[in-house]
Amino acid sequence: MLVINCPVCGVEGEEGDFHYGGQAHIRRPATTDPDSISDAEQRDYLFMRHNPKGLHFERWRCDRGCGKWFHAARDTMSLEFKAYYPITELPPLELMKAATGPWAEFFKDKIAAAEAKPGGRRKR
Amino acid sequence: MNRYSVFSIARNAVNYHKDWGRAWRSPEPKPAYDAVIVGAGGHGLATAYYLAKEHKLTNIAVVEKGWLGGGNTGRNTTIIRSNYLQDASIAIYELARSLYEDLSQELNFNIMFSPRGLLMLCQTEHELRAMKRTSHANRLAGLDCRMILPAEVKQLVPIINDDPGARYPILGAYYQPRGGTARHDAVAWGYARGADAMGVDIIQNCEVTGIRRDGAKVTGIETTRGFISTPKIGVVVAGHTSLIMQMAGVNMPIESVCLQALVSEPIKPIIDVVVMANTVHGYMSQSDKGELVIGGGADPYNNYSQRGSFPSLEHTITALVETFPVISRLRMLRQWAGIVDMTGDRSPIISKTDVEGLYVNGGWGTGGFKTIPGSGFVFADTMANDRPHPIAEPFGLNRFVEGRLIDESVAAAVAH
Repeated sequence: MLVINCPVCGVEGEEGDFHYGGQAHIRRPATTDPDSISDAEQRDYLFMRHNPKGLHFERWRCDRGCGKWFHAARDTMSLEFKAYYPITELPPLELMKAATGPWAEFFKDKIAAAEAKPGGRRKR
Repeated sequence: MNRYSVFSIARNAVNYHKDWGRAWRSPEPKPAYDAVIVGAGGHGLATAYYLAKEHKLTNIAVVEKGWLGGGNTGRNTTIIRSNYLQDASIAIYELARSLYEDLSQELNFNIMFSPRGLLMLCQTEHELRAMKRTSHANRLAGLDCRMILPAEVKQLVPIINDDPGARYPILGAYYQPRGGTARHDAVAWGYARGADAMGVDIIQNCEVTGIRRDGAKVTGIETTRGFISTPKIGVVVAGHTSLIMQMAGVNMPIESVCLQALVSEPIKPIIDVVVMANTVHGYMSQSDKGELVIGGGADPYNNYSQRGSFPSLEHTITALVETFPVISRLRMLRQWAGIVDMTGDRSPIISKTDVEGLYVNGGWGTGGFKTIPGSGFVFADTMANDRPHPIAEPFGLNRFVEGRLIDESVAAAVAH
């Protein structure tokens, strides 16, 4: 059973006290210019998932605590939580670098941006 | 292959059963095959069997990272039914169920198919309505299913709690008399033996580590036992579909989660049908050994660990104790988990891909076992002719681009 810490209100709870929100850092492509979105892009947004065996980045909600959404980095093999971070931010730099497969691809330019501007807030 | 019959038993009795041959060989991988199936579970072995039998492709191999039938084929709750809502689903699940009917004779291997009848309980007004809708869809498709009243449910399942004041009272059930169970290992073993007899190489302990591509087409697979050259690869690996497909540079609309099951200590026969209670998330049948075989919902989060969590178990057990109060003091013998690959619409993917020679059969989620013969049949046809079999066509990957989903999440969110 997972034991989870909410980074917003600081409460510790079991997995039943939280709600799983699936893969993190997915942006809705149709928000700014719906007409320019292809069917394949819409499919990627709705259905395509990285589904890694190992380090994963995901959303959780503090259901029975503060009710806020937050991000977590978790290993899908050991089930160990590596980090919790706010819903508006990217993961810690070392975890972005540790990511593999499609996640590594996704973080490539974000790592470059974070390293170009050290100390800056990592907005997603 | 030694044919199994009453005469072969008599013949082998003379030698005190010391000379029974092995059911299949353990060959070394050849450097090249006409086609390679990745994954020796039920679906993969059935695909190989029908490729050899129906399409005369016998220079093929099935590679498996562990032992055959050691994944989800050996971890499910062995339920077979075909009463799905959508036409495309009905077609493939009923094809599979009808193939199960005489599979023991077909394979000369007793798969212990037991069409004992299957009930899907209706415990809310909404569920009753949804099931009536499914029953009409099934009736139009010619399926042998019907709605039954609470009195008949009680007659079929005497141990059920029929208290009308219960939190989730029994309002009726949807009954498929020819649904049931089969011995899951025997299905894998039977197909393995049949495929092997036709010359298919089943290579166990051979993990795929990479898929080699030459531009837009596949040329072979890298394995822990060396490179195998092949123009056609069929990926049939259940929970690891995303990972294997990523080796060929293809992303999948799949998430892998953990599904648990458990069995009780063996008891005398108390229930001779399969009962599924979808509102409260639990289902139960009794095995030939007397154990109650119990399943429930999947854990919500991505998981490759094959270890389930206690809250899901507790949820399932709570539901079943409420539905069958008599089981409340039973001890549970074993609990286990498998990794299932879930698609967005809870329907499988049987498809060609943009890479020439790469085919995928996965996304069966929580309901793969019941479809093994049908899935193998249509996937073999798809691979052999390089075009989707008519029954497989709606399950292509392009449905996610076209928005042509086959939504079974209402019909089969939990029990499968």
